[in-house]
Parts: sequence; C-alpha cells; structure tokens
Amino acid sequence: MATISVTLKVWRQKSRNDSGRFETYFAKDINTEMSFLEMLDVVNENLIREGKEPIAFEHDCREGICGSCGLYVNGRAHGPLKGTTICQVHMRSFKDGETIYVEPWRAKAFPIIKDLIVDRSAFDRIIQAGGFISVDTGSAVEANSIPIPKAIADLAFEAATCIGCGACVAACKNASAMLFVSAKVTHLALLPQGQAERYRRVIKMVEQMDAEGFGNCSNTGACEAECPKSISLTNIARLNREYLAARLVPRQYDN
Amino acid sequence: MFTLDSKIPEGNLADKWKNHKANLKLVAPHNKRKLEILVVGTGLAGSSAAASLAELGYNVKVFTYHDSPRRAHSIAAQGGINAAKNYRNDGDSVERLFYDTIKGGDFRAREANVYRLAEVSVNIIDQCVAQGVPFAREYGGLLATRSFGGTQVMRTFYARGQTGQQLLLGAYSALSRQVGAGTAKLFPRTELLDIVVIDGVCKGIVVRNLVTGKIESHFGHAVLLCTGGYGNVYYLSTNAKNSNCTAIWRAHKRGAFFGNPCFVQVHPTCIPQTGDYQSKLTLMSESLRNDGRVWVPKQKGDKRPPNQIPEEERDYYLERRYPAFGNLVPRDVASRNAKYVCDEGRGVGETGQAVYLDFSDAIRRLGRDVIEQRYGNLFEMYEKITNENPYEVPMRIYPAVHYTMGGLWVDYNLMTTIPGLYALGEANFSDHGANRLGASALMQGLADGYFIIPYTIGDYLARVDFSKKGNTDHPAFKDAEKSATDRLRKLLDIKGKKTVDELHRQAGKILWDYCGITRNATDLKEALEKYRNIREEFWHQVNVPGTGEELNQSLEKANRVSDFLELGELMILDALHRNESCGCHLREEYMTEDGEAIRNDDEYCYVAAWEYKKDGTWDLHKEYLVFENVKLTQRSYK
Repeated sequence: MATISVTLKVWRQKSRNDSGRFETYFAKDINTEMSFLEMLDVVNENLIREGKEPIAFEHDCREGICGSCGLYVNGRAHGPLKGTTICQVHMRSFKDGETIYVEPWRAKAFPIIKDLIVDRSAFDRIIQAGGFISVDTGSAVEANSIPIPKAIADLAFEAATCIGCGACVAACKNASAMLFVSAKVTHLALLPQGQAERYRRVIKMVEQMDAEGFGNCSNTGACEAECPKSISLTNIARLNREYLAARLVPRQYDN
Repeated sequence: MFTLDSKIPEGNLADKWKNHKANLKLVAPHNKRKLEILVVGTGLAGSSAAASLAELGYNVKVFTYHDSPRRAHSIAAQGGINAAKNYRNDGDSVERLFYDTIKGGDFRAREANVYRLAEVSVNIIDQCVAQGVPFAREYGGLLATRSFGGTQVMRTFYARGQTGQQLLLGAYSALSRQVGAGTAKLFPRTELLDIVVIDGVCKGIVVRNLVTGKIESHFGHAVLLCTGGYGNVYYLSTNAKNSNCTAIWRAHKRGAFFGNPCFVQVHPTCIPQTGDYQSKLTLMSESLRNDGRVWVPKQKGDKRPPNQIPEEERDYYLERRYPAFGNLVPRDVASRNAKYVCDEGRGVGETGQAVYLDFSDAIRRLGRDVIEQRYGNLFEMYEKITNENPYEVPMRIYPAVHYTMGGLWVDYNLMTTIPGLYALGEANFSDHGANRLGASALMQGLADGYFIIPYTIGDYLARVDFSKKGNTDHPAFKDAEKSATDRLRKLLDIKGKKTVDELHRQAGKILWDYCGITRNATDLKEALEKYRNIREEFWHQVNVPGTGEELNQSLEKANRVSDFLELGELMILDALHRNESCGCHLREEYMTEDGEAIRNDDEYCYVAAWEYKKDGTWDLHKEYLVFENVKLTQRSYK
C-alpha cells in the first residue's frame, strides 16, 4: 500500500468575528487509499494528542450525497476531481511532498462560523420562499394519473440531484447562487405538478436570493465546472427564461 | 409492575386501522393553534411529520443538529421505496406486502403495524409524486418499478440510485413551505441533550446550540423523536458520521422502554474496509443484486484475478443454495452467507474479507447502456472509492452494519412508554421485526410521518390541558438542563490521554466481533466484560479539547459516544438473553447444520422491551406477539 506525506496550509478562524489565518500542519505517511477527510481525521487526532484544538470542518455522510462537506482545496471547490465532493476525493489524487491549501467557502452570503465551517442557511431560506409544490399531506391524486414523458422526468431528475453544498457559490467570482436556484426552479417548472405555482415560485426564489446578498451571474460557468453533481449551466438559461416569463405575465403569478 | 399495552385495535386485520382512525379523538382547528409539538430530527420521518402537523395547524418546532434539514441521513438511501401499487400486474397486493414484510422480519414484528404500513404504502407514492419527486418512469410516462430482496414481485419505486435523496428533498420542501409560512419554526445546529418528564408525562426537551454552546429548554405538549438508528455504536457502519443514539438513549434513561436492541441489520453489499483509519463504510445498493451475481472461488485461497477464474471454478453460492430467490435473498441471509464463505478462506481481495458482485453476465445480456441507466451513479461511486471500474472487473463487497430494527418501544399510536413522547422511523422498533427488507425503511419513515402520526397524535392532544400556555418554569426543566451541563463539563474535565475516536473504534470492534453477524453465549459474556472496561476507560482516559461555550465537535462526539457505550451493553445483554436465532440475530447455538436460523416460537415470540433502572441495570418486559393471520413457519428462500 502506497503512502505519501503532504504539507497542509489550513484556514483557522475561531469565530465569525475573529480574523483568520493559515496554519501549517504536516500529514506524514498517509495511506493513499484514505479519503481526504480521513486524512484530516488523522491530522485532528494528532492535534488532540498534542493538546491542540482540532480543525473544525463539516461532513456527515461521506458518500457525496448529504452536501455537508465543502472545502476549497488548492483553489478549487471540493478539490481536484471533477464531479466529486471532497469526501469522495482520495489521497491518491495528491502527490508525495505536495503542499495543499484548505479554505472554507468564501462568500458574503455564507459567513464563516469556525475554521472551515460556513453558514449556508441562506439556501434554506431560498427554498422556504418558494422551492416547493404546495400540496398538503393527504390531498394527492393517484400517482399514475399524472403521466410524465420519460425525457422530461429525466431532465427534472438531473436538476433535482443538486445536493445544496454551495460549491457553485464558492467557485463563482461573483458568489452567485444562480446554479443552485436554477436547479430547483428547473426541477419543479418541468413537471406538470409544478405548473400552478410556476411563475410565483421563480419570482419568490429570485427575490430571496437577491435579499441574501448573493452576486449576479455573468455566465462564466465556474459553477458548472466545479459542481460535484455536474448540474448543467443550461438550468440558468431556463431560470432566466422562467423569470422573464413570470415578469411578463404578472396576472399568472400574482395570486 | 408495569404492563405493556400495545393498544392494537380490535377487529379484522384489514379493518383495524380504518376502525381505529374512526375512533380516535380529534382536536378542532382553533385548538390546534394552542398546542406545541416538538419534532427532533429532520430525516424522512421528522420532516414529513413536522410538515404534516404544521399543515394541520399545530405549532411545530423542528430541531436538527445539521446546518439544514436536508442533510439528514435519509438522504443517502439509494435503492428505492416499496409500495403495494401492483402497477405491474404481477400479483402484488397489500396482503402480499404485509406477508413479505412479516416473513422477512422472521415473525418478530406486530401483524397490525405491518399491515397498516402496507396499507398506507400506496398513499406515500401519491404524495411524493404530487410534491414533485422525480421517480423513474417508463417511456409511456408511468412510474417504473424494480424488484428487491426478499420479494418475488416488482414493487420498488426508485429515482436512479438516489431515492432517499429525492424523497427527503420532497419532505424537506414540504417542511420548508411550512417554515416559510411561519407555522413551523426551525432550529438548525441544535442537538437534543435530554427530555423533560413531569409527573410521568413528557413536557419538553433540553437542547444545546452547537454554535454558541448555549443550553436551553423548550416546552412541548408532545415530543416526537425522529432521530434515526444507532448503527454507529459499531463505529464503522454505513450511517453518516453524526448519526447517534443520544436522543433515544436519554429518553430511555428517562423511562422510555427500549425494544429489541440487538436487532441490527448487517447489509450484505458494502465496499470492504481497507485500513484502520477507515471512518465509515459505504453501501452499494441492494438493487445491484437484481443484475449482479455474487460469487467466490471454489478453491480456498485462490488468488488469481477474477477474470482468470474459469466459470466452473466459481461458486455462485447464493444461487446454488437458494435457487428460488437466488441473489435476491433477504439481507440477513446474504450477509451471513458472505461471512461463511470468507470464514472458509474463500474470500477475495487483499484482506480475504470480500466476495465478488459480478455484472459481466448482465452487461452481456442487456448491454452496458442499460446497466448504466440502472446503476450509473452507483458504479461511479464505487470507482471513486476503489479506483476500479465495475464495468470491467467485478465489485468486491462485504457486509457492514446498516440499520437498526431495534429502537424505542412504541405502541400502535407510535407513543413510547412515556406519555406525550413519540418515536418515528428508524428511532422506533416497530415494523421490521428481526430483519428489514430492502426499500422498507423509506416506506416506514414516511408512513409514520405523513400518514400515522397526524392521526394518532390528535387522540393524545385532545386530552391534554391546553388552556394555559406552556412554559419551561417547572424545576424539572432546570434539573434536566443542569444534568446535561454537568455531563458535558465532566467530559471536558477528564483530560485523559485517548481521543474519542480511538475509544469508540475499540468499543465498536468488540461489538462487531462478538455481537455482529453471528453471536454465541460464550462470546457475548466475554464481550460484556470487555465492553464495560472500555466504558470505564472512556470516563477516565478521554481527552476532549476546547470548551462547552463554543462550536466544539470533539465535545459533540464525546457526548454521543458516552451514550453509545451504555447502549452497547444493553445490546449485548439483549443478544445474550434471546436464546434463539431469528432474522439478523443468529446465535450459533441455534442454527441448522447448513447455517439457517432456528427460531424458538414457544419461548421467544415476543418483543423484548427493556426498562432502565436508576442503578444502571435493566428490567425485561415482554410484549408477546400474536399471529392470527399468518402461520409461523421456518423462513425458506430455497
């Protein structure tokens, strides 16, 4: 089994209002089969043994689906691999002797809580503003009474696979949340069940997005490139179309 | 002596739920506004319950230790959700789903609960589709289904390999709608530390704000624990890293009985462990067994690469031993057979602790495109972790702890033995007996949250006094806050030489080795001793850095592990007391020559409900299971 040693430069920041700094740590004889987060576990275990405070970072499922983890590694959201969350990146993706910079997401709308942990509750508030179909429990119709062409269902599914990690915001030079918002708008706007609130939804979600302090989209495409679920930029085009349509036909959403 | 009342309604099995609903008391809309319900946990059970109760007009507060409700571990469920829709015309029905589940659970679940689960399963699919859950569809636009372990019909609805994610996002969107409307209030990054019981009735909870460390109380006319299972007691499991038993365990210590703690599902298809640093195990969906064939070499110690082992020298042991169900036997059967062949020295891979799951036949038969359509994201995940391409070489898999059938004992209304305290989803013990069938966890979580608790809770709340606004002035709240604070302080003050993970890993290994896929009395007795020693060591040797007044992940972890270390002991005791094999619980003293479980229905046809006593011991209560509609047989998948 191969092992490597790497130098880590990790962003440490005690709390939101403290000023942060990079600290240097050495991770020696790391098994290349380890995941990046397992390497951080090892570093943390050593810090605790030395009587120091471990690095705070968010993680949970460690299989790329919960969206908890999010680290800026060597200047890239979720590190070096395309379409992969940092929890699914293994140390075989790094070279022996390499220096690795580890930072939190940096965006005005995602304030730092501690070290590598940021507050992403702005995403929740965008969903609360309109990212749903209003159907109370018990009032649903028989499932197969709404046939949906497979191609449409597949497209909606692709958009719905967004894990809400915030990498798109972190990767964007404007800290825009358009990819996140467009994925949800697309998912629901494509489905027949989502039609009743189609226009109202997009207006409400975009309003909330703006209120949270996310930047604007300038079509650079960094979000798509760094999205661990490869959510497509075409969703943003659809979001713009939906938003325009909603603004042009006010009576249809104004309810 | 306390007697357990399961409150199962009278009448024919098929009419019980209908009749029960007709007899439950109701709370009028203007009174619902006066009632406070606290929901802890935001997985499928918690989110669906919180959303549905808020829609009804109750005041709902929702607590999660995650930054967002959408992170709960239900999100990681892959394969699917069962429902007796019979869209396939393949002979499915509510009765059939009921029977499969009872049989799959090896006749250790309540008939009435399981029947109700099968009944409401069809409503769940309707509800989820209406919310916009993008289930897989056929070209005609109708819903697709596939088959799963332990069944002979195709009743599993799915969204590629991300069904849990899509269902949770559906429930999360329903909850978010209520939060936006102000009917539900969300408390993220907030962890439960205790429940508050006043005069024998649950009246609230004590929580810690994980960012500031502040400990505070919330009053509730009812409290719902939807906090998932306790598989992480083994350290290594397929659960998310933060999944823990603290909520249900603290409730247990306040008087909620714990049902069947030793019933733990070991999932047969997980990516094998590679080293001691391993932090968790990753599941590969059971749906893969639809097209993947499980095999090992016939020869012991055959180290040739899989493609150089000719067909006649391979042992497709599940197909050989269980021709009727083949690779789709239930999870407990598949897991223990994998262990047997590895114990015989026929395991594969570097450690010999793995078997092959081979798709080459399916790729030849259906083409790579079809396989990619069905399992694309799973294959990708496998490749990311192992650096091997499963389209070309067979996957290597091994069983891993996955789900806990045990949990807080609840009656038919999902109420624990503490009035006002409910447990939903994996946190309760209710529907899966001694083994859960694949694609049934999502079904149960959503059944509990969407379609059962909204009815049953009203019957309780209609009887409580809601004339005065509730508050947290009672000394019981202060006492609970103090004991929670003291416990954290104690953990911080030990300043020993070992890390939490180190001790957790050691304790978990004891459980896995002695109370895992197979068990026996001698080992279990030995384990008990060793386990208690580790707990002792923990309270003397653990080192928790930092303070309690800040975000402190080491403290969170230590607090959770301190509860696991108590629960693990009860699991061993439960496994030791049950002198039979059933489902996941395979006691080596009680099995046939070819390794099949031998149940003892005369003596053990009951739910073991454990009552915690103040001196740290337990009393056993038995809820005898009555089977009026199915005949108890030895399970056969041959």
